[in-house]
Amino acid sequence: MRTLLFEIKESMLIALRAIRANKVRSSLTMLGIIIGITAVVVMSTAIKGIDNSFQTGMSALGSDVLYIDKWAWFTNEDWWKIRARRNINMEDYERFEELATLPSAVAPVINSRQTIKYGDRRVESVFLNGSTADYVKTTNFTFDMGRFYSEIESKSSRHVAVIGSEIAKNLFPRGDALDKTIKIGGVSFQVVGVLSEQGSWLLGSFNPDNQVFIPIGTVFKNFLGQAWNSITINVRAKSPTLLEETKIEAEGIMRKVRGLTINDENDFSINQQEGLMTTLYDVVGVIQIAGLFITGLSLFVGAIGIMNIMFVSVKERTREIGIRKAIGAKRRTILGQFLLESSAICLMGGMVGLLLAVLVSMMINQFIPTSVQYDAVIIAILVSLITGIIAGLAPAYTAAKMDPVEALRYE
Amino acid sequence: MNIINIEHIARVYQVGSEEVFALRDVTLRIDKNEYVAIMGPSGSGKSTLMNLLGCLDTPTSGKYEFNSVSVSDMSDNQLAAIRNKEIGFVFQTFNLLPRSDALHNVELPLIYAGISYHERRERAEHALTDVGLKDRMHHKPNELSGGQRQRVAIARALVTKPSIILADEPTGNLDSKTGEEIMVLFTEIHEKGNTIILVTHEEYIAEHAARIIRLRDGLVEKDEMVSNRKVPKVGMSV
Repeated sequence: MRTLLFEIKESMLIALRAIRANKVRSSLTMLGIIIGITAVVVMSTAIKGIDNSFQTGMSALGSDVLYIDKWAWFTNEDWWKIRARRNINMEDYERFEELATLPSAVAPVINSRQTIKYGDRRVESVFLNGSTADYVKTTNFTFDMGRFYSEIESKSSRHVAVIGSEIAKNLFPRGDALDKTIKIGGVSFQVVGVLSEQGSWLLGSFNPDNQVFIPIGTVFKNFLGQAWNSITINVRAKSPTLLEETKIEAEGIMRKVRGLTINDENDFSINQQEGLMTTLYDVVGVIQIAGLFITGLSLFVGAIGIMNIMFVSVKERTREIGIRKAIGAKRRTILGQFLLESSAICLMGGMVGLLLAVLVSMMINQFIPTSVQYDAVIIAILVSLITGIIAGLAPAYTAAKMDPVEALRYE
Repeated sequence: MNIINIEHIARVYQVGSEEVFALRDVTLRIDKNEYVAIMGPSGSGKSTLMNLLGCLDTPTSGKYEFNSVSVSDMSDNQLAAIRNKEIGFVFQTFNLLPRSDALHNVELPLIYAGISYHERRERAEHALTDVGLKDRMHHKPNELSGGQRQRVAIARALVTKPSIILADEPTGNLDSKTGEEIMVLFTEIHEKGNTIILVTHEEYIAEHAARIIRLRDGLVEKDEMVSNRKVPKVGMSV
């Protein structure tokens, strides 16, 4: 045991000596592994970042909420057929709400995009939601300041607004948004609440912190004609386990409300997060696998580079190997020396790659929230070490089994 | 006592479909503290014999006992251990590690012998001092003259206190004055009780030895004691 440790230590010193003696070659070899490790670590961190923001985005949707809509999120039906459906209007909503027994909350929603101004500050293309006071019950919103608008404010279509955290940040850098009067599409609204930050939504241009909520009546009055626009009815089940029952009930009620007979197809869709989840998960999964495969490939190329250079190095140092054998180096000593050399090169490359990866993900962090995690660090070190051993194995074996007489004769 | 006992040794190389006899049938004994020169023209088999004596190679047939232990059928690792502990090599081309300094070169066999850092440093420094390179320890081979390089190689050969010193044309790459200095050093080493086997094709080098074994075509042609042995004045080497 002690002699083994001694041998490992001495082989390590010899390997380090060899690396130091061939600085240029060693660092060129390292380059391959540096690029490989950087790519793999950055990719896996980016994937984790995508995953995280995907999850936050998804949880913002709520796993226990149904969205009754003219449009289906996922469908095999022809687009023109769906387009021909009747709009869902406020009457549908009111009758639905009356009849539904299972939901914990029901709220009509209509969306628009508007510019919001306060003084000379403005935010373009804000996602505007018109709804009732019950809307907040279909969400998990928390408030930085103020509250959601009340039922009275909603029913009487008062010009009050609840704004997302990012809008608040942009319009009121000093954080004094409450009770200020802002202009939404040129119409004055009073801010009654500011939502807490919900995290960015990666897919598409939708950002949950860049929303405004106002009473639905004010939307119809100022921005969208009631007759021409279909609303969405958000229905929250009492619990996620009751979602399926709530959905069945909702379908029955909607058919009744819409006056469909037994032979009619549904002229509405009941959307839920689950469908979105599975479909998007598939997409994200494919991106992840493709990304890891491509970056893995660069690591593989790096490993081949190392193997190549180790072979050259063994060939070039044939005489050295002969000398070492002549003065008593055993096969395993030579094997260990070259294995340790390639592992050490890879490990150093891995460290540098890791460092670069941290820098790169700091840059990416501007777009996608990412950070290099401990597990990525451990994986990078392990991967580079294993790469080094695998890449060094064949060349080291070649070196170890060299005939000392031949090796000493090598010019 | 015999250090080396070779009986009917042969070494055959396979070149294509042809068998080439480098050594046909060699029998010889070398005692402790002998100073032997192995001579012969090129192709006589002297390099092959040296490789066998040095345990770098194993015979095709015949018996080789080193210190009464048969090495004919030892494994690679066992041979490596014998080379490490019992044999000190001195080569024509010095064969030092080019990127390591003199001290590390001398230290190397002790590393393979598993000797701790402090002891091997001390022994390597001592060996270098013995060959007169006390103030050249941290020079790399390319910063040393040919003679100095060969001294480093001799120090490396001596540092493990081996049973024999095997020198293959040790003066072949040196000018005659430097070569003579190296031969004086060998005489000194011999007088300290070491066994030296010298392979050379030059008569005046071989005459430093006490006994000359002449090879021809893979056989021992002549094995004789040197009558007019050159014994240089010891002390002038350093």
